[in-house]
Amino acid sequence: MKTVYKPAAILAVLVVVALGLLSTGRHVSAASEGKVTGSIKLEGTAPHMRAIDMSKDPTCSKQHSTPVHLENVVVGSGGSLANVVVYISQGLPASAAAAVPSKPIEWDQKGCMYQPHVAGMDVGQQLKVINSDPTTHNIHPMPQPGGGNIGWNKSQPQGSPPFTTSWKAEEVAIPVKCNIHPWMHGYMVVVKGPYGVSDESGSFSLDNVPPGSYTLTAWHETYGTQTQKVTVTAGKPATVNFTFKAK
Amino acid sequence: MGKILAVTIILIAILSAVPIVMHTWNPPADVSTHGHLIDEQMSETMAEAGIAFLAGQILLAFFIWKFSNVKPGARIKNFPGGAMGLVLAAFLLVGTEVLALGVFGVKAWSQVYFTPPAADAMPVQVQAGQFAFYFRYPGADGKFGPLHPELVNEGTQNLFGLDPDHDPASKDDIVTAEMAIPVNKEVHLLMHSKDVGHSFYVPALRVQQDFVPGLDVSLHFTATKVGKYEIVCTQLCGLGHYNMKAYLEVMSQQDFDSWLKQQAANQ
Amino acid sequence: MHDTSAHAVHQHAAPTSFIRKYVFSLDHKVIGKQYYGLALLAVLTGMVLSWLMRLHLGWTDLKIPGLHLLSASGAPGDVMTPEYYLQLMTMHGTIMVFFVLTTAPFAAFGNYFLPIQVGAEDMPFPRFNMMSFWVTFTAFLVLISSFFFGDGPTLAGWTQYAPLSAVGAVAGPGQGTGEVLWASSIAIFCVGQLLGSLNFITTTLDMRTKGMSLWRLPLTAWGWFITSVMGLTAFAVLMPACILLILDHVAGTSFFVASNLVLNDQLQPHSGGSTLLWQHLFWFFGHPEVYIAIVPGMGVVSHILVANMRRPMLSHRVIVYSMGALAVLSYMVYGHHMFVSGMNPFSSLVFSFPTLVITIPSTILVLIWIGSLYGSKLRINTASLFALGFISMFISGGVSGFFLAQPSIDIMLHATYFVVGHFHLVMAVAAIFGIFAGTYFWYPKVTGRMMNETLGKIHFWLTFVGAYCIFMPFHYLGIAGNVRRYQAFVDDYLVRLIPLHRFITVAALCTGAVQLIFLYNLFYSRFRGEEAPLNPWQATSLEWSTPSSPPPFDNFGGRHVVVYHDPYQYGIEGSTDDYVMQDSPAQIQSVRDEK
Repeated sequence: MKTVYKPAAILAVLVVVALGLLSTGRHVSAASEGKVTGSIKLEGTAPHMRAIDMSKDPTCSKQHSTPVHLENVVVGSGGSLANVVVYISQGLPASAAAAVPSKPIEWDQKGCMYQPHVAGMDVGQQLKVINSDPTTHNIHPMPQPGGGNIGWNKSQPQGSPPFTTSWKAEEVAIPVKCNIHPWMHGYMVVVKGPYGVSDESGSFSLDNVPPGSYTLTAWHETYGTQTQKVTVTAGKPATVNFTFKAK
Repeated sequence: MGKILAVTIILIAILSAVPIVMHTWNPPADVSTHGHLIDEQMSETMAEAGIAFLAGQILLAFFIWKFSNVKPGARIKNFPGGAMGLVLAAFLLVGTEVLALGVFGVKAWSQVYFTPPAADAMPVQVQAGQFAFYFRYPGADGKFGPLHPELVNEGTQNLFGLDPDHDPASKDDIVTAEMAIPVNKEVHLLMHSKDVGHSFYVPALRVQQDFVPGLDVSLHFTATKVGKYEIVCTQLCGLGHYNMKAYLEVMSQQDFDSWLKQQAANQ
Repeated sequence: MHDTSAHAVHQHAAPTSFIRKYVFSLDHKVIGKQYYGLALLAVLTGMVLSWLMRLHLGWTDLKIPGLHLLSASGAPGDVMTPEYYLQLMTMHGTIMVFFVLTTAPFAAFGNYFLPIQVGAEDMPFPRFNMMSFWVTFTAFLVLISSFFFGDGPTLAGWTQYAPLSAVGAVAGPGQGTGEVLWASSIAIFCVGQLLGSLNFITTTLDMRTKGMSLWRLPLTAWGWFITSVMGLTAFAVLMPACILLILDHVAGTSFFVASNLVLNDQLQPHSGGSTLLWQHLFWFFGHPEVYIAIVPGMGVVSHILVANMRRPMLSHRVIVYSMGALAVLSYMVYGHHMFVSGMNPFSSLVFSFPTLVITIPSTILVLIWIGSLYGSKLRINTASLFALGFISMFISGGVSGFFLAQPSIDIMLHATYFVVGHFHLVMAVAAIFGIFAGTYFWYPKVTGRMMNETLGKIHFWLTFVGAYCIFMPFHYLGIAGNVRRYQAFVDDYLVRLIPLHRFITVAALCTGAVQLIFLYNLFYSRFRGEEAPLNPWQATSLEWSTPSSPPPFDNFGGRHVVVYHDPYQYGIEGSTDDYVMQDSPAQIQSVRDEK
């Protein structure tokens, strides 16, 4: 018996060590990394966002004491624009593009809304889909056909555990909807390399950017894309601001 | 064992009839002007089908009781009247019965489908889609703006594909997720489907009509009682079929007017 | 009559190799058994699916241990998703209607006994017959394979209403690959049934032995003959419909998809098709299909009752005419499935009247069966119990037809559980009672051994009471407005019906478990059953005139049977036996139809 266990134990140890080495090798050491930060503004008046009538499913409407509005344009104080995804569209070295954050992106369904409404994620990054509602949702992302990603349409009954998945190819942006609650609508923005999503104050940040010159792209679901050049040096954050114009 | 079978059949027949006679599980009470015709037709049919059911089962059970395992020497007898008698009975009793049902049933059917809506009926448009109903009221101009299917976008809640920038008639259209109608006022419902087959079923209103993709269908009815009722989909339309529903609020004219004003403000 | 043609047909000698004897056999008896085996496999699959569905309907959040092994995405954490429920439901309906109710009473029993009952050595086209089974088997495999491809089987219900079934994957899980597999499977199935029907019709018309006039055919043979005529016309409509449906998926056509449809905010690249076209084509098949499922059962039940009543039916011909009338009318009534479908409301009225008229031949059948019981010497055994149970079920399921035939009442009952209860009783349970009756009755002929009567009777009692406990409450649900094909009951007016659903679930699980007794009896008796005499029920038709049980390869051991009598010469006075076999040359005062 012992003779059987011994080689197995050695093999197991070797595998653990090898995996450990592999995973550390994938991390770029923090000291040599740069960073891009900035904020997004909307110029002009934001369009009126309709209130959503959730009366169809009382388990949804019961969760909100005040009306919930559409999130196609979410503007904070001073015209700051949320839900803009900023990513490096050109110039990223292959090694940095291949690095995938180990932390999964959470896509929560809460109050019959998507939280977040727009999620950025890396190709191959774990996407954890959660249903926090007392009702069944179906999650239906619809990537462009032929673009390398395959769409799916799965229900998640109330109380069923979260599931994880990931996207195979870059795609800006994959619309996601729930057919059972047709107002539920969001986007998954799948990119390679570092990305940031602007919050209510309009600010975003791209971490772990190796020094170099890049083209940055900012994408918004209503206002499209903008690009800017940026040069990143180690240890000092580069600042880039974008301004979208209201139609 | 034949006798046990006879008793079992009779017991099953009687027990089956109990919930029907006791009205244990009834549909929601009727709140429409035409529904009583359907209900009457239903209870007449129930009486006749019930008699046929009980008579059939009891006769079957009785003969099983009487003629199972008879003495070996017994002679074969024929049913008095023979086959021709039974055929005649089937034609006369069941034939006239069902034809009568059919003829009288035409009245209830035609009340719903062969009468035009009144000239002052209130038009409401309903659109069925996976998996929700949405409603449209024409607004002050009384006109529905044209539909542009290519503009439909649930993400921005342009549910009907309206283009108010180019179509003046669409400007004051009111789109809602809940249907409200004034009590005792005829409603002319204009139905269309956005995607696949659906159905508009309001048990309390005694109305059911399929949506046919590619076809505009219409229906008219009058609700007689203020209250909140459910509109459900009865045509399998996909994974969310079970949860495809909307509420129908029947209100006083006054409440309805203020509801509509409120909805207009929410657009 | 056809002494010489019988020679010409049976040119093939008895095969000796295992493959030609049991797998690719040309022998109608082996093919009949193969069909029975397929139906058994299918009914077990369908029943397990129904258990899963019932569990979910009773307790929507219930974790069904191990369900995620069947489908990881269909049951995350063992809780069934809405789409998986609909997928199981679609497969349950499709498997049961096509691979059980069509194959068992018609293809299985018919293949085995029709040639024997007409006095033939085989069917006229044995190779078509073999093909018919293997094509049907392929169709079953194609259907089952959809569980394992893409996102599973189609969820559009066994009726596959367009455009849900025709627009493709955009309409929901299973609507891409799963849907194409469904339509392919059914198209293939139709080919098998067309080949089978062709054989049945020619067997009945051309293979009858000397003396076997049409009116001397037993009622079983009439049932199968009428069914095969219906099958030839009905499946010939369904097959092209399925092919058009496949083309809508793979060739970009729009037979069933209208213009300007928007799914998931995408304008569909289809135009000009008709939604209602599918419903017309489907129900032109679908309504005759109901009678394809039940008419063979009527024949089988009449046949078994007559042998156990020891007297002929009050009128042999009236039964034949009534079954024929059902077949003819079944094509004129299909529109009652579409009263509120958006078809012209005048058409609904027109379809309503033949539907009401069809109750007349049905009533005549029931009255003749019951009337024939009068003054009979009814023997109670498992086969006759199931035959009597069939009549009871047929009455219960039939009277609900009064409601559904009327468009005005259909406004309330359309697409509710009332419809589900109606067709389960009248078509599914009744037909299955016919299958059980036939199995207990013919088992000694097919295997040479008797089935165990005690187990058989336990099986009958529990199934009879259980089936009523399951399907009667469906009617109450329907009257209360419970819509069918819902995976959960979230509507306020439906919540109070959930306890009734739980009752049904428990009844369904128990009744399902009882079927294990039947399975045990079926296999146990094959090896350990009491040896059967040649004619255990003292019956008259030709299957009991074969020299052995099971019959030899050429059915009559080289003898050319000659028929002298009408099929059911029971209750003969003054002889030692009370019956005379069809091929007995004895001179008797024959028991005839009264004029």
